[in-house]
Amino acid sequence: MSEEILQVENVKKYFKIGPNQTVKSVDGISFAIRRGETFGLVGESGSGKSTLGKTIVGLYPATSGKIRFDGHELGNLDRQTQRKLNREMQMIFQDPHASLNPRMRVGDIIAEGIDAHHLAKGKERQELVYHLLERVGLRPEHAERFPHEFSGGQRQRIGIARALAVKPKFIVADEPISALDVSIQAQVVNLLDDLKQEEDLTYLFIAHDLGMVKHISDRIGVMYLGKMMEIAESSDLFEEPLHPYTQALLSAIPIPNPRLARKRERIVLSGDPPSPVHPPSGCRFRTRCPYATDICSKVEPAWKEVKKNHWTACHLYNQ
Amino acid sequence: MSHLLEVEHLKVTFPTYGGEVQAVRDVSFYVDQGEVVAIVGESGSGKTVTVQTIMGLIPAKNIKDGNVRFNGKEILHLSKKEMRKLKGSEIGMVFQDPMTSLNPTMKIGKQIAEGIRKHQKLSKAEAKQKAIELLRLVGIPNAEERYHQYPHEFSGGMRQRVVIAIALACNPKLLIADEPTTALDVTIQAQILDLMKELQKKMGMSIILITHDLGVVAEMAQRVIVMYGGTVVETGTVFDIFENPKHPYTWGLLRSIPNLHDKEKKRLVPIEGSPPDLFSPPKGCPFAPRCPYAMEICVEKNPTPFHISNGHTANCWLNDPRAPKVEAFIAEGRE
Ligand SMILES: Nc1ncnc2c1ncn2[C@@H]1O[C@H](COP(=O)(O)OP(=O)(O)OP(=O)(O)O)[C@@H](O)[C@H]1O
Ligand SMILES: Nc1ncnc2c1ncn2[C@@H]1O[C@H](COP(=O)(O)OP(=O)(O)O)[C@@H](O)[C@H]1O
Ligand code: SF4
Ligand code: SF4
Ligand SMILES: [Mg+2]
Ligand SMILES: [Mg+2]
Repeated sequence: MSEEILQVENVKKYFKIGPNQTVKSVDGISFAIRRGETFGLVGESGSGKSTLGKTIVGLYPATSGKIRFDGHELGNLDRQTQRKLNREMQMIFQDPHASLNPRMRVGDIIAEGIDAHHLAKGKERQELVYHLLERVGLRPEHAERFPHEFSGGQRQRIGIARALAVKPKFIVADEPISALDVSIQAQVVNLLDDLKQEEDLTYLFIAHDLGMVKHISDRIGVMYLGKMMEIAESSDLFEEPLHPYTQALLSAIPIPNPRLARKRERIVLSGDPPSPVHPPSGCRFRTRCPYATDICSKVEPAWKEVKKNHWTACHLYNQ
Repeated sequence: MSHLLEVEHLKVTFPTYGGEVQAVRDVSFYVDQGEVVAIVGESGSGKTVTVQTIMGLIPAKNIKDGNVRFNGKEILHLSKKEMRKLKGSEIGMVFQDPMTSLNPTMKIGKQIAEGIRKHQKLSKAEAKQKAIELLRLVGIPNAEERYHQYPHEFSGGMRQRVVIAIALACNPKLLIADEPTTALDVTIQAQILDLMKELQKKMGMSIILITHDLGVVAEMAQRVIVMYGGTVVETGTVFDIFENPKHPYTWGLLRSIPNLHDKEKKRLVPIEGSPPDLFSPPKGCPFAPRCPYAMEICVEKNPTPFHISNGHTANCWLNDPRAPKVEAFIAEGRE
């Protein structure tokens, strides 16, 4: 077995949104996720995180590029392998309200994948559902209830149970805690952590909250306007962010300590992110970058390993 | 000296199919001139309903009890006309979703100018000039051109700046901001928070800031009000709340956020259980079903505020001298 469970090579995902308009939501991204790790993905709204996640699990066909999962290249697979991968790669969504069918009982929601993949029937199916409910901290009798009878955090647990039901190897969790209260976020993060250990899972964890991403991830990737700006071990990224965008992003996190918060100086970016329909030439961050020079508008910076296991794309590191 | 805003024993309920929701059960607090006061708490704890009541957005029949005084004057039962006048001249409001406050079919500049003309006797040309100044003040580049654009041509962060510009148009003494940056990215959030701080200093106004982000609280607030289950459970200066909290819910909130400076990964300490049911709130302490320290009395009697120090109160029986000493919460190395 290869150490890398997922390899993404120069993947692009474009959406045509008008006769002459294309959004380059994901525009040439390469990276790999190691078996058993949690890879965090951060970046501004609209930077392409969800699109990348959905393309990886096959919910969107890639416009170009290669995705390899566990040795299989996505896109040209026989039906049986395709079904196997559909089961092994699962996704958990941000809004636990919108992603659960309000007219279905919780037990049937959780068993959706079990039924689709014919994993169990009758009594065995029921036992499995009860077991899954307990795995995520709910009770067997909850199987008979409907989603609206649950709180946000409980609904997110139901979504997690549904994903776990088909025994996946890899889960894309797209902002699984963003809609939850602070006190409930910690419950769900701990649950995801425990499940990962017990079920040998690998995660792609997409989030806005950099504190939580740091807590849960082994490595972190930073996206901006459809491109990867930096990838590093999570502690390295926080201790020594290389890319000017990452530096600004980290310095913008509000610190929950009133004394430190009052002392610190932060890098405040001017301006708004440009439209992904007309991204800037050269480096995409140049319109907001405090260090931008001539070359930044002309030449796209190369993706480079600047320090061990620490990659970035910025001309500052190209001497 | 009297406070700028005083809320006393506010009680608000809503009839629904499932029964009566007791959204706000007994909320009292004050805001002084020039202060930033943060309100934190779980979703559903009554933060929005509290400030909507202050703004006159809750129908009188839902307000079961309490007083709201602004500049010493009772404002809870003002006529529509009087309330409109107050909102146009003394209190401004910013909501979480800027689109709820903007008219999508009307040019940005015109929306601001009309707002100004409703409350100040200015000519059209003067109002336009003032609107452009306000757009500049909130950091919108090319204000003259932007004046003629529609809301959909603005990004989320720019729309929120416009809403702040509208709220500031009347030079309010009090700005109420309900999760103003929750829908925004951190880099844009940083811009908006800096803007609010700067304007607050420049204009000397007071701000009530509702947020669920303890980082935002630490950065912005002088005083903090912690709400749970429709009640205030603790209040104090930002240092009281972060460094010497006296309520188990506040302890739980502070413990459930990860520490950015932890070298090794530590397990998070969540608050177990679910938020309270507002249809039938318990007669005792609303936090009792989730509180690891709950005692017999907690289920029987809702604690009244215990005085901890000047301006610091906590509604928790643990602060009674007869209560057992529980291990004090230490925000160990939280930085
Ligand atoms: N189905 C689609 N059709 C057209 N454009 C799309 C589609 N899905 C996404 N986009 C566009 O692609 C870009 C990236 O969107 P995406 O949802 O991946 O962002 P994101 O990083 O997940 O943002 P957020 O943090 O807001 O969730 C955006 O400009 C978005 O409008
Ligand atoms: N118009 C309404 N009708 C019925 N219930 C409401 C209404 N507005 C708010 N509530 C309920 O009141 C409680 C407090 O709500 P809210 O003040 O919005 O909470 P917060 O702002 O703290 O998240 C919630 O249970 C909410 O569902
Ligand atoms: S390449 Fe240039 S513009 Fe881009 S981040 Fe580096 S210095 Fe800034
Ligand atoms: S009053 Fe009792 S139940 Fe309520 S927070 Fe204090 S110890 Fe816990
Ligand atoms: Mg997304
Ligand atoms: Mg609210």
